[in-house]
Amino acid sequence: MSAAAIEVPGPADVLEARNLRVTFSSRRSAAPARAVDDVNLALGRAEIIALIGESGCGKSTLARALVGLVKPQGGQVISQGAPLKYSKAALRQHRRSVQLVLQDPAGALNPRHTVYDLVAEGPRLHGLTGNLYERVCTALTQAGLRPPEQFLARYPHQLSGGQQQRVVIAGALALEPSVLVADEPVSSLDASARGEVLRLLIDLRDTLGLSALVVSHDLGLAWNIADRVAVMYLGRIVELGTVEEVLLRPQHPYTRALLSILPGRRSAQTLTLLQGEAPDPAAIPGGCRFHPRCPLYAEKADDPRAQWCRERDPQVLPALSDSHLVACHFAASGAPDNPTAPPASAVGA
Amino acid sequence: MTDSVPDAVDARVAASAPPLGRPPARFAGLRRRAVQFFTMPTGFFGAAILVIVIGTALFAPLIVSPADLDVTKVSGPSLNPPLAGYPLGTDQAGRSVLDLVIWGTRSSLVVGLIATALTVVVGTTIGLVAGHYGGWISRLLMQVTDWFIALPGLPLAISLAAVLGQGNASIIIAIAVTSWTGTARLVRAQTLAVSARPFVERAKALGAGDGQVMRRQILPSVVPIVLVTSTLKIADSILSAATLTFLGLGNPMDVSWGSILNSALGQGALTAGAWWYLIPPGVAILIVVLGFTLCGRALETIINPRTETAR
Repeated sequence: MSAAAIEVPGPADVLEARNLRVTFSSRRSAAPARAVDDVNLALGRAEIIALIGESGCGKSTLARALVGLVKPQGGQVISQGAPLKYSKAALRQHRRSVQLVLQDPAGALNPRHTVYDLVAEGPRLHGLTGNLYERVCTALTQAGLRPPEQFLARYPHQLSGGQQQRVVIAGALALEPSVLVADEPVSSLDASARGEVLRLLIDLRDTLGLSALVVSHDLGLAWNIADRVAVMYLGRIVELGTVEEVLLRPQHPYTRALLSILPGRRSAQTLTLLQGEAPDPAAIPGGCRFHPRCPLYAEKADDPRAQWCRERDPQVLPALSDSHLVACHFAASGAPDNPTAPPASAVGA
Repeated sequence: MTDSVPDAVDARVAASAPPLGRPPARFAGLRRRAVQFFTMPTGFFGAAILVIVIGTALFAPLIVSPADLDVTKVSGPSLNPPLAGYPLGTDQAGRSVLDLVIWGTRSSLVVGLIATALTVVVGTTIGLVAGHYGGWISRLLMQVTDWFIALPGLPLAISLAAVLGQGNASIIIAIAVTSWTGTARLVRAQTLAVSARPFVERAKALGAGDGQVMRRQILPSVVPIVLVTSTLKIADSILSAATLTFLGLGNPMDVSWGSILNSALGQGALTAGAWWYLIPPGVAILIVVLGFTLCGRALETIINPRTETAR
């Protein structure tokens, strides 16, 4: 299965995580927290992937690792086809092509700087000061703040939440990146601003060919903007596929549980409440990491495959962009087209 | 202290400002804060005192001629109470005490300001580096800081001045060495608080290096709080300088408030009951310290409006 994981990415992939691992060691506990635990994910050109998961599953850490803010302990970040090196020069180069949009725009904008300085910050850091004024105005226009001149002298606190997030996005666009990594970009915004910002991301994909990885806990958001959805649980991607596949025909019991609690689902869908909280990433359960909370495992405890759940870690999903992939021992029977049936030589726990 | 508080408070005021053209105004809030400062009684009186004191220091050569301070050239009565021509009396050598106090302003202020500047530069640098880099650098620097905090200030300053020899330079160094620790601790705490804010992460994601993050993001948030404490610190430094000079560690040829007190004591002003010789330099020290303290308090109130109610 490692052969599948190290598959050569298509030329269309602009950013890829390859067997990425990020651990955090705390001084108190001996075991390091495995925030990102072997993740493969490839973002294609002009593609929006929604990375979905509950709090603490490592999705924000994965986002920061892809931007280069967190150095992984294992695996690689592939940027424009080449592995990212963590030298200062390489990181600077990487940051021109991959930009981060943070959750809380009010906090992400230095309250002492004007919109002009905030948007000009990136170009100044990269020495792109030749036609800075035009660059800033272009970025603001692209981010939907028109006319840009009207916003230049403002301070962040004089803008609405939606406008602030547009300034953050404009600051990223000023570097002409090919990828935006957005960590919960709309969760601090009210409903109307939320729609506008999501619309903006789609427009940027359509007009500039910008790719985006949007981190969220909101499946509705994924449905609205994403081309593909990756569902993450406790440091690993457990289901990956197009929006329609993942959200309409979910295979992984975790995805199903997440979907079942969305309001407005038909009553035919039974409500699945997960028991307990997400386990500690410093003590990931053996076997399938989801089995202690898995409703399917609880239901089929007598099935012989339930033993796999306890003993075998499901295969790490490869970064294939054209398949619906599920990391579940039971999904094999449920989805005949699923290529990740647990092989005889499944990875041990 | 959160530095963004005044910005948030001013949101409505500034929101009505018309959008400007090309170069965005950077100092929009500064003018308003200055007005706020001078309308506060503490700010107004503090600033008034400082203007008078600094004016005295600057124009001292116009008021007092060096000849009036030269023990070989003066002709006044020895150790005389106030009389015509000598409003504050005379010293042992017949010099006017008023002239001495006016001239002493220069040395006292200069020593206090330079010592404070040194303190602030050292403290801010160490605090910023320790707070920004964290890890072993922070632990090492904070160990050193704690060590200096534990050292008793006055004996250290005395021994330093003794080792370095008499003079203003050694007094300045002695004050700086013993008083940078508070600033370092304060700046480190503020750096840690600012570093945790998302705009620092945004700057890093945009490609800012450590130096750029410290200079553009953290330092501007640290400066206001440093400004306040350094204003208060000037008062301390002037007092320490006077103390060290009084103890005889200053330049004996130099006239400062500390040295006036020192020679007053040495010439038996206390036993002679020469109050006019002892009180003026003491009052001068008091006034300057009061001026800087009032200004510091007023600045503190402006920078953190929440302290206003606690006043």
